[in-house]
Amino acid sequence: MQEVEKIVNGKDLFKRPEYQEVLANKKQFESSMLAINPAKVDEVAEWTKSWDYREKNLAREAITVNPAKACQPLGAVMVALGFEGTMPYVHGSHGCVAYFRSYFTRHFKEPTPCVSDSMTEDAAVFGGLVNMKEGLKNCAAVYKPKMIAVSTTCMAEVIGDDLMAFITSAKEEDGGEFLPMDYPIPYAHTPSFVGSHITGYDNMMHGIMSQLTEGNKGETAQRINIIPGFETYIGSLRSVKSIVEAFGADYIMLGDHSDQWDMPAGNYEMFQGGTKLDDAKDCINSSATISLQKYATAKTMKMVQKRWKHAGGFSNPVGLKGTDEFVMKLSELTGTDVPQKLKIERGRLVDAMQDSYPYMHGKKFAIWGDPDFLLGLVSFLLEMGAEPTHVLCHNAPNGWEAEMRELLDTSPAKDSLNVWAGKDLWAMRSLLFTEPVDFMIGNSYGKELMRDTGTPLIYIGFPIFDRHHLHRYSISGYDGALNLLTWITNKVLDQLDEETKNIATTDYFFDLVR
Amino acid sequence: MGPESLEAKQQAAIEEILKVYPQKAAKNREKHLGVGTPNDENQKTCGDVRSNKKTVPGVMSQRGCAYAGSKGVVWGPIKDMIHISHGPIGCGQYSRAGRRNYYIGVTGVDTFVTMNFSTDFQENNIVFGGDKKLGIAIDEIETLFPLNNGITVQSECPIGLIGDDIGAVARVKAKELDTTIVPVNCEGFRGVSQSLGHHIANDTVRDFVFDAKVNVDTSDVVATDYDVAIIGDYNIGGDAWSSRILLEEMGLRVVAQWSGDATLKEMALTPKVKLNLLHCYRSMNYISRHMEKEYGIPWIEYNFFGPSQTIKSLRKIAAFFDESVQAKCEEVIAKYQPMIDAVVAKYKPRLEGKTVMLFVGGLRPRHVIGAYEDLGMEVIGTGYEFAHDDDYKRTKEEIFRSTVIYDDVNEYELEAFVKKLQPDLVASGIKEKYVFQKMGLPYRQMHSWDYSGPYHGYDGFAIFAQDMDLAINSPVWAHSKAPWEKEG
Repeated sequence: MQEVEKIVNGKDLFKRPEYQEVLANKKQFESSMLAINPAKVDEVAEWTKSWDYREKNLAREAITVNPAKACQPLGAVMVALGFEGTMPYVHGSHGCVAYFRSYFTRHFKEPTPCVSDSMTEDAAVFGGLVNMKEGLKNCAAVYKPKMIAVSTTCMAEVIGDDLMAFITSAKEEDGGEFLPMDYPIPYAHTPSFVGSHITGYDNMMHGIMSQLTEGNKGETAQRINIIPGFETYIGSLRSVKSIVEAFGADYIMLGDHSDQWDMPAGNYEMFQGGTKLDDAKDCINSSATISLQKYATAKTMKMVQKRWKHAGGFSNPVGLKGTDEFVMKLSELTGTDVPQKLKIERGRLVDAMQDSYPYMHGKKFAIWGDPDFLLGLVSFLLEMGAEPTHVLCHNAPNGWEAEMRELLDTSPAKDSLNVWAGKDLWAMRSLLFTEPVDFMIGNSYGKELMRDTGTPLIYIGFPIFDRHHLHRYSISGYDGALNLLTWITNKVLDQLDEETKNIATTDYFFDLVR
Repeated sequence: MGPESLEAKQQAAIEEILKVYPQKAAKNREKHLGVGTPNDENQKTCGDVRSNKKTVPGVMSQRGCAYAGSKGVVWGPIKDMIHISHGPIGCGQYSRAGRRNYYIGVTGVDTFVTMNFSTDFQENNIVFGGDKKLGIAIDEIETLFPLNNGITVQSECPIGLIGDDIGAVARVKAKELDTTIVPVNCEGFRGVSQSLGHHIANDTVRDFVFDAKVNVDTSDVVATDYDVAIIGDYNIGGDAWSSRILLEEMGLRVVAQWSGDATLKEMALTPKVKLNLLHCYRSMNYISRHMEKEYGIPWIEYNFFGPSQTIKSLRKIAAFFDESVQAKCEEVIAKYQPMIDAVVAKYKPRLEGKTVMLFVGGLRPRHVIGAYEDLGMEVIGTGYEFAHDDDYKRTKEEIFRSTVIYDDVNEYELEAFVKKLQPDLVASGIKEKYVFQKMGLPYRQMHSWDYSGPYHGYDGFAIFAQDMDLAINSPVWAHSKAPWEKEG
């Protein structure tokens, strides 16, 4: 029973004898093997750690277990929230939108506005035109967004709804009361059964950039477009902007959600910050476009490079080398020398790397996440002399595996470094048991891997639900690399303390100074 | 504030809120908003609100889908079965391990609740169908997770649209592998909310657990006169455990938990119990009614939130049994009373008169009212994501004063109600949490207990009281205004 002076929640309550008795007593009615035959559970648990299990596990072709990817509309919602006053609108059933909102909200600890047009059975039979007509009107009337960005769920894609025709007829029927003909409603088809959340990011970004700029081609301005990609580190967006600003360059960040998902307390406004719509409409006239995530913007960048003929290209400013390349690209595009501010930042980062390198050198890492994130992080690990033993990308697009292999091959330890494209985190579990590493880098889904395999988890990635405020930091630019260095080094030191803290047995290495 | 002025204020808020909508939407939403009082004449609902209807398109509804109701709520917590999210990758990922359905087991070996199994549909599965892939997936599960006691197939939207026959796959595979395989057609577009998913899931329990041979041995459990089942408790934060302890203390034997920390065997044992105890009426009344009709098992609703309702419920349950149980029931009540008195004495002075607005799912919009009132707090607004008339009818019996009732409230409306009625605490879900915290309002998530709990039973109430005090009396809310800002 609770003691009023020291009320405990479930964490400690269920450890008490009276609850332990309840749990023990319950077992007689249970069919799970732990209740029937714990030895059998141990036996199977041991087998799951074996090479035999690994072979069967990695041979799976139909069941995905503990994935490390999400579906297209999630990425589309992120794009929409990076534009000024824009409501993400998902054409389909509303369950999906409840999921997207929860998912982002649990990560950012911030509100995530998004609507759906709530299609049900009748829409499945007759199509979702009626829902679209009403939905756009209601959305415009209630939330008064400056723009509505429409994406789709798999339901709408399977029945084959025609977004362009639907949006046009919604505007026509409304007669301009809530939806004037020039009201910007860009759209993108984002079927969940193709690609992953980064594909949805690409499709929605392509939709907004191509549709908002229609008929706006004019004189080219000396200006750089920056497309961040599926970037979940708010601080990264700010780091990138500060680098571009250091060059004094005129630029447009397309899809800048850094204010939307980092609102100060005090009052609530549904939309904050974002790319100005006037800028977005004019982005076709910039002289260059740099995408920071190649695999999250393939289609968008094809348009920009082939049709818009912009200079720029790809640059992934994560880690020292990645940031150097980004800085040099900006220097080249602007015809300006690298500013003193960045030279100092670089120097400080290199200084810090040279201070901490003994703790990362030779350490083995397992890491998973999105394709561009991995290229940046792995590059940084290699710069520090670490060994990325298992690099796993569940949503790896074509070409990624070869590019990652090429990167790993620059390491002296290349023969023991593995790329795992298209594999899930249950596969990672087998890899960790059979070819162990010192640390894992990944999102909250690594938590069960940490428990099962005992490998310490360094929280870098998306989603992170069970650690606070990490998303506010940067992982891009020289300052971002310094954050990576700090998190990783200190986790290595925490682990060193953990392993040496035992009194009179291992604490001869429990040093005060490291 | 007197009751008349509160009611007037609430009515005015509704009128004001409706003004922003286009005509058709306003006409629709008007029927879902009302002011309920304990003396309402309409006996069928509360505040005359209409419910369980299609959501107005284009507003930020908090509702989920049928898949969420089946996989997320009813089937998902059954720990020794593997629940396949059948279709594209997203649904299973977004719903993975977010609900805090606690269970005891070795995850990945004999229990699987917090994992995500998906058939990860690709375009060719949409074009050519996914039945073959499902069959292979089931084989792979049997190989890699040999201690599972069965599989459920939770359909995502495309399944029902592309003409797959998961029933046939399940039948063939169940026979071949001699195991329980449950096909559930809970596609997200079915119905208007997660509610239909509950119903569909209940029906599949009937068809594939009760009316079919299950591959777990139940013969070792000999029925007694004191057997009961807890129905509709998902063991969020351990709620079912802090309920179960009370039932066992009063001499009952809890044979099954539906479905938090549940196993297939417990479900299969349930048709032999003497009484079904129904906590979440909305999600599991269907199977309770079925067991009443088919096996003659009576069911009663109970409420283990807050001491007033808990005591009432314990006595109501005991009344079904003999005097020995009734006597023990009184002993249980007497045993916990001093602790509860101390909790109330400690927290009531800190919380008395504070007003609360709720918006939650199945049973909590009415069930937790008593717990707040036990602490001297006043619930002035409540509503459900996916209730039916019978839920609102029951709500009428739980409210203490004029209460604004909002069915399927959307973010715009909830925000407007809060701004107009200015409660001291908002208690709802994750999607709304930070909206209100930005405004400097104390907030508690009432789906997940905000990563605390349990809240059920006597021990749970102490935690509830402590958490509400934590939220309302935390110093952080006072920091919103900077010292250089003027008053007002």
